[in-house]
Amino acid sequence: MTAETIIQSLASGLLMGLLYGLIAAGLALIFGLMDVVNFAHGEFLMIAMYATFFLFAFFAIDPLLAAPLVAAALFVFGAVVYLLVVRFAMRAKANAGMVQIFSTFGLAIVMRGLAQFFFTPDYRSVTNSWLGGKTVSIAGIYLPEPQLIGAMLSIAAFVALYFFINRTDFGRALEATREDAGAVALVGIDKNRVFALGWGLGAALVGLAGAIMAIFFYIYPDVGASFALIAYVTVALGGFGSVFGAFAGGIIVGLVEATTALILPPSLKSVGIYAVYLLVVFIRPRGLFGSM
Amino acid sequence: MDTHFAQRRRRDLIMAACLAVVAALVPLFVKDVYVQNIMVLTLMYAALSQSWNILSGYCGQISLGHALYFGLGAYTTALLFTKFGVLPWFGMLAGGAISAVIAMALGYPCFRLRGHYFVIATIVIAEIALVLIQNWDWAGAALGIDIPVRGDSWLKFQFARSKLPYFYFALALACIAWFVTWWLEDSKWGYWWRAVKDNPDAAESLGVVVFNSKMGAAAVSAFLVAVGGSFYAQFVSYIDPESVMGFQFSLLMALPAVLGGIGTLWGPVLGAVILIPLTELTRSFIGGSGRGVDLIVYGALIVAISLALPRGLVSVFSMLTGRKEAAR
Repeated sequence: MTAETIIQSLASGLLMGLLYGLIAAGLALIFGLMDVVNFAHGEFLMIAMYATFFLFAFFAIDPLLAAPLVAAALFVFGAVVYLLVVRFAMRAKANAGMVQIFSTFGLAIVMRGLAQFFFTPDYRSVTNSWLGGKTVSIAGIYLPEPQLIGAMLSIAAFVALYFFINRTDFGRALEATREDAGAVALVGIDKNRVFALGWGLGAALVGLAGAIMAIFFYIYPDVGASFALIAYVTVALGGFGSVFGAFAGGIIVGLVEATTALILPPSLKSVGIYAVYLLVVFIRPRGLFGSM
Repeated sequence: MDTHFAQRRRRDLIMAACLAVVAALVPLFVKDVYVQNIMVLTLMYAALSQSWNILSGYCGQISLGHALYFGLGAYTTALLFTKFGVLPWFGMLAGGAISAVIAMALGYPCFRLRGHYFVIATIVIAEIALVLIQNWDWAGAALGIDIPVRGDSWLKFQFARSKLPYFYFALALACIAWFVTWWLEDSKWGYWWRAVKDNPDAAESLGVVVFNSKMGAAAVSAFLVAVGGSFYAQFVSYIDPESVMGFQFSLLMALPAVLGGIGTLWGPVLGAVILIPLTELTRSFIGGSGRGVDLIVYGALIVAISLALPRGLVSVFSMLTGRKEAAR
């Protein structure tokens, strides 16, 4: 193993990690806002990837141009899911945690079923997109362009999210609702509207990630499942309640995955991520940046 | 305890005995192999879900990684039988014991975690075990293990021709899991567990050893689930990592209890009796085309029941009979 291969795989691990961060950002946002883990998060990613695929296949819109459209569509979808399902799950008086887990999980199964029904279980891929299969060489390191653009987009999205949460009225309403959903009603903020917008925003972020993922990953009804677990680990690693913890968590997951792949056979590459998650929470039960 | 509670417990026991007798008579009238197969699965899931319910329902430590213990039971039995000729009956006990020990070893670090951190840890640990078994050549790796069928025998617990012995074993397992729950419900453990579930900090301050309570629940729960796994290995006579240790098993085990009523005595039974036949029937009648309609029906049912009846289906019964405490 030369120094070059190590740097090479760490670089691609870093890019993938930034993308994991983007996938997880919406999950972290929703959890931070209302203490709900969306167990259909992977399926949100899946429909974003399908949306990108169909825009490309039918209208020849390149995934890069499709990304904002997909994000907008997912925004609407996320808000609708909140209004139709999650809103009612929040009202449960008994077993609240269980109701949230299983209502969103049931939704995930329905979405997978619908995808199989309408799109068939076939594997699909976006071929001949602008970035697909292209690499750039920087100082002797080859980086795949889709991942590179995805990583940059992820950084941009987190910066935008930071300003959005801290500098806009809606961001402040979001923070206020997060701190005390009961009290905000007294100052005239409609809790449900904030939550619906929060779900929309969270889904839009995963929509962005899905558009990029569609460039270099196969698209099939179960594609969300494998990324969902990585997203949960990413968010938990960073600490629930911390959106920017997801950014750090994503980078760690990406680097650990790349390192594991260097040391162990490829079939064991996910073990490294899981082991690091356990190690971190055993030492710090609130994740790296999580609050009590 | 007050007489009302004692009355309820006696009534539960009598009802369970009657149901067990009725269930035992059913195969005399139902000869169809397909239906018998569904009945075996229903009883197995009732037993599994009842066992899962001990840790996740009564003690409130939501595990979505119980496939680990199911798989351990299945693999221990299958490996001991195919590699060393050890009879499945011993394999079953060995699998249960190994699972209980592992559950406590894992519980030691995990029970410090709370809420979603704990849930994700259980998923991740089962996932690690799955990947390790998939890469373990001696245990058949991803291909799994074919358990050779050497004729019908109770000694080797394999029956090629008839489903009936499996049916009676599954029934016995479901009864044992139910009885263990019934018995624990009124033991000091049962009270500790409910205290731990409701408010661990308050329980600790009142002298409940929270940590040991969780360990006890994990061990009992894992032991019974592993016995279920051993049974399943004998029943299907072929196992591979994904089919006994995959994430979907952790969910399939949790769902009957969640739908029937989590943390209740009858919830898992009721949930399994409704859910498993429904799943099997939708799969064979509308899912055959492979187009995912069974998933849509199944998922929509989960969403609808968890939203409409957060206390589970048993709450409908307690509403009808006006028993307030039944949904506890």
